[in-house]
Amino acid sequence: MTTISSDLTAAPPRRSFQFPVGKILALVFLLALMVIMLFPFAIVIINAFKTPVEYANSGPLSLPGGFYTQGLVDFWNRVDFTNKLYNSTIIAVTVAVLGIALSLLNAFALGIGRVRGRVAFLIFFLMANTLPQEALAYPLYYFAKYFGIYNNRISVILVMTVIQSAFGTYLLTSVLSTFPREILEAALIDGCNKVQLLFHIVAPISRPTLQVLFVFFFIWTWNEFFLPMILLVSTSNQTVPLAIAVLQGQFNMDATTSSASALLGLLPCIVFFLLFQRTLTRGVTAGSIK
Amino acid sequence: MTSTRSPLNKGYWPFLVPGVLALLLVIIIPFLMNVGISFTKWNGITSPTWIGLANYEKAMHDETFWASFKNNLYVIVAMTIVPTIAGLLLSAFLYDYVANKMGKGVASFFRASYYLPQILPVAIAGVVWRWILQPKWGVLNWILTGIGLEGRNWLGSADTAMYSVMGIMVWFQLGYPLVIFMAALQRVDPDIYEAASVDGANWMQKFTKITIHQIRPEIFVVVLMTLIHSLKIFAQIFVLTRGGPGRATIVPSYFAYQNFFEKANVGYGATISTIMTVIIILLTILFINAQSRQELREGV
Repeated sequence: MTTISSDLTAAPPRRSFQFPVGKILALVFLLALMVIMLFPFAIVIINAFKTPVEYANSGPLSLPGGFYTQGLVDFWNRVDFTNKLYNSTIIAVTVAVLGIALSLLNAFALGIGRVRGRVAFLIFFLMANTLPQEALAYPLYYFAKYFGIYNNRISVILVMTVIQSAFGTYLLTSVLSTFPREILEAALIDGCNKVQLLFHIVAPISRPTLQVLFVFFFIWTWNEFFLPMILLVSTSNQTVPLAIAVLQGQFNMDATTSSASALLGLLPCIVFFLLFQRTLTRGVTAGSIK
Repeated sequence: MTSTRSPLNKGYWPFLVPGVLALLLVIIIPFLMNVGISFTKWNGITSPTWIGLANYEKAMHDETFWASFKNNLYVIVAMTIVPTIAGLLLSAFLYDYVANKMGKGVASFFRASYYLPQILPVAIAGVVWRWILQPKWGVLNWILTGIGLEGRNWLGSADTAMYSVMGIMVWFQLGYPLVIFMAALQRVDPDIYEAASVDGANWMQKFTKITIHQIRPEIFVVVLMTLIHSLKIFAQIFVLTRGGPGRATIVPSYFAYQNFFEKANVGYGATISTIMTVIIILLTILFINAQSRQELREGV
């Protein structure tokens, strides 16, 4: 570490104060990077509360003079944001619950039961997870129309549940394959059947992993764009990201309305982030370990 | 481990039935249909005509098709190469230096702030950046003209559109490798660093000889996942540029989408998405192989 010795101090004491140059440089660097990373968030938040006149006069970097919420209210009403929040929430919660149920059933058979051909099954699920959605899009669109669930939230729920459970199966199987065998054997000797084993022993003990999966499935489904865009056409069925992104193209919006719309898209995610920060970090890293 | 088929290892296959059926209906059958459609000429309404490999041949001579894959190389630089390298350096810096000298809380605070873009829906990230880069009243041009530089139409002109998209991708993607690498560093035995320090290794030597080597499995995963994501990139392009101007930012997934839903060339769209899938599956196999060979060699 670099140290600075000042030649003004004639007789420096043995333990002189050392100006922590290294630490300060490091902090400056980290803060500068943080400013860049958070700049879009900050700029959206301050401009969503400005009047168009204020924006025109003082530009995008100044703090808002007042707390102008009319832009937000107008945009909220124009897109019927309550309805978008409702759609997104219903879809994301249902997918997360069903996705976990399906992953748990699969992983119980593969990780605990170690059924024949489990490696082949796992590769099968992994492949399903890595396939590009474009390679499923047209047949899914066609099927949805054929079965009368096109432009219905059910179509997105069904498709997303299966896609999420492919990842969930992959992750949960590797977790369950290290499940303590003694517990399973003891339960079976006590006369537990397979269904009881799953619901009374395996599921409760795996709860931390299931919670991580829930958060992930929820957020991934909330953030999904391509499939909802293809399967949900009418505005009353659209999700939050879809409504905001599609509106960008449709209206010629001014600066403050644009940032109001962006803020409404950001806010739910910031709330999720604050709520789930720990789970997210745990989940991201759990997903990386095969 | 129980070697024989004890009761513990019997009677589980019924639990697989719902999952496998759902997978068949939603993924396997649609995918096989897509492959089938790729051999046809179909507008999505009248019945498809079998044309064999004609779509594949067309793709080979289609400039837009090649442009979309060439652009994908730029996206790989922005989504895989730069974030992986930057994430490695940054995670080592936060872990070795910041956490030691300033406290673990400081390190995880910065990690969290760099991770924040990752939680956004990519479509919303696109909306935010389009607003920042808007040529007339956007923030970036406002700052640039304020300090006497010239504003540009960042997303609207062919010579800057791709670089703008790349910049946004790096911003978006950095947090993912960072979080994974920081977790990976925690499992490296500090004794190894201790020993290296005793032998007189400097920071750079420790980084290249120990750190990178020790967290190789995580590097593999990050590179594979981000490569797959970059090949699938769609929402960002849809929101930011719609592949334009001209062909400047077109990518395979958007090109496939255009053929499916805008040009009514369903057969050709299916061809493009099938080619994408083949590439992604090959990549996955390649990496899984490389990884298991690595583990064999190290006896993990």
